[in-house]
Amino acid sequence: MDLVLEPLGYPIFIRALVAAILVGTVCAVVGTYVVLRGLAFIGDAIGHAAFPGVVVAFMLNAPFYLGAAIAAVGTALSIGFVTRRTTLRADTTIGVLFAGTFALGIFLFSAIEGYVADLFSFLVGNILFISFSNLIGLLILGGVVLAAVAVLWKELLYSTFDPLGAAASGLPVGRLEYVLLTLVALTIVVSVQAVGIVLVVAMLVTPPAAAQLLTVRFGRLMGLAVVFGVAGAVIGLYLSYWLDVASGASIVLVVTTIFLAVLAFNPRGGLLRPRGQQQRRATAE
Amino acid sequence: MTFAPAAPADTHVLSAAAMAVALSNVAAGYHDRVALEDVSLDVRPGSLLAIVGPNGAGKSTLLKVIAGLVPAWSGSVSVLGAAPGSAAERIAYVPQAELVDWHFPITVSGVVMMGRYPRLGLARRPGKADREAVREALASVGMLEHADRQIGALSGGQRRRVFLARAVAADAELFLLDEPVTGVDAATQEDIMGILAANASAGRTIIATTHDLACAAQCFRRVVAINRTIVADGPAEIALDPDILARAYSGHLLVLGGNRVVLDDAHHHDESASERHFHDNGG
Repeated sequence: MDLVLEPLGYPIFIRALVAAILVGTVCAVVGTYVVLRGLAFIGDAIGHAAFPGVVVAFMLNAPFYLGAAIAAVGTALSIGFVTRRTTLRADTTIGVLFAGTFALGIFLFSAIEGYVADLFSFLVGNILFISFSNLIGLLILGGVVLAAVAVLWKELLYSTFDPLGAAASGLPVGRLEYVLLTLVALTIVVSVQAVGIVLVVAMLVTPPAAAQLLTVRFGRLMGLAVVFGVAGAVIGLYLSYWLDVASGASIVLVVTTIFLAVLAFNPRGGLLRPRGQQQRRATAE
Repeated sequence: MTFAPAAPADTHVLSAAAMAVALSNVAAGYHDRVALEDVSLDVRPGSLLAIVGPNGAGKSTLLKVIAGLVPAWSGSVSVLGAAPGSAAERIAYVPQAELVDWHFPITVSGVVMMGRYPRLGLARRPGKADREAVREALASVGMLEHADRQIGALSGGQRRRVFLARAVAADAELFLLDEPVTGVDAATQEDIMGILAANASAGRTIIATTHDLACAAQCFRRVVAINRTIVADGPAEIALDPDILARAYSGHLLVLGGNRVVLDDAHHHDESASERHFHDNGG
């Protein structure tokens, strides 16, 4: 019990705990749409694209999340724009922009002389480095994302499930897509310091993917994803503290373990359940 | 007002504003590829109209122009008395079954509820009246008992009935259906056409694309045959007229006794096969 309560005596740990809960929640909510729309690759790309923004903010001594937000939202909207206005496939556009922006980040990063451990922590994530002022900024940003989903959840749902039907009945499907890309970008900004640019896509995709194996209802899927995301972030934070390892890696390993456990043992036809049960399930459907 | 080559089923002349759909000399396409040209079509409220033609003839494009999903390059389009897109909340569009992700985590009643979303507006949650409308719509297509099942757990015919219920729940005046009876068995086809006929009799306008010429002839009241432009427009029997078919299908149609075989329609058979497989699983 002391192992759990003892760290709560340190303000730095309390800040990290608040950040973990925030990241777990926001990632799972936005990630639910990402998974259902097949946008995982875009999430990964936007995560990497945030890097030059973080480096420039560091060079200018500005809050990292401002630089990350500008770079991530800019790249997200560019991907949407180029894909709509050219005949290039979306994954091609993403591949070009993602590698290009990340290269710019590495270029600037390697040009800085001296000690840049702060910046390195953005690549692999160190949730214990989150300062009080950054945490306030992230809470506001996360609040904006959650409020946007609270207002637009059903329009985003309809345009995800049936974009043609939604557009014909008057929903602005194109604008909703840009809104979702912007929300993905802001979610990544909220998450990069905790889980790192390289791993941030896992927080978006893994908790909703595990939830999707357990339910066929959208609302329950999002709720379960939040439970998995928050549990993964909090348990991962403790592991990172106890074992003194990078928080991004430990958080992602916990959510991955949750996913694998659900995959193996879930009651709706886990891979390790007897074959007979799986087949009965398939027949019932 | 212009008329297509064969005399349309409508004998009284209405103004474009009183028509459910009025297209005049419309051209449309994608990027630089022309899919439709010189299309003129008037559809009265309460019509039950089939659009037939070979693959790539522009059936789906015509439906999308009416739905406001594809802009007309030229010509004039009036839908429910307004510019395309302006009367959107009174239009229900049902996509081809193969474009829907049937594994999507949503129940039957969840899909039908989506029909209510456009009228609800931002930040409003569905209320009691919406839930009642969903139940009534599901009952009208005989799917109420399946309300809580995942959409993909249904048979092909049941899935289509759910999408019709969504159009009913939306209280739409114009139903635009892309291949609503493709790949379902004869009994299911009859069920679906019964639902559509009832909605047409209630004053709703139904426009559907179909590959199935026998169905177009038997179950619809008017048929428009297209092949980039309108080849024929008239009472449903024209779907079985060899001369008109030869023009629409330009050589790809084989007439064997009383049965018409469309040779360029491999896709249709593929879908039928998977459909049958599904029924065998007891769906």
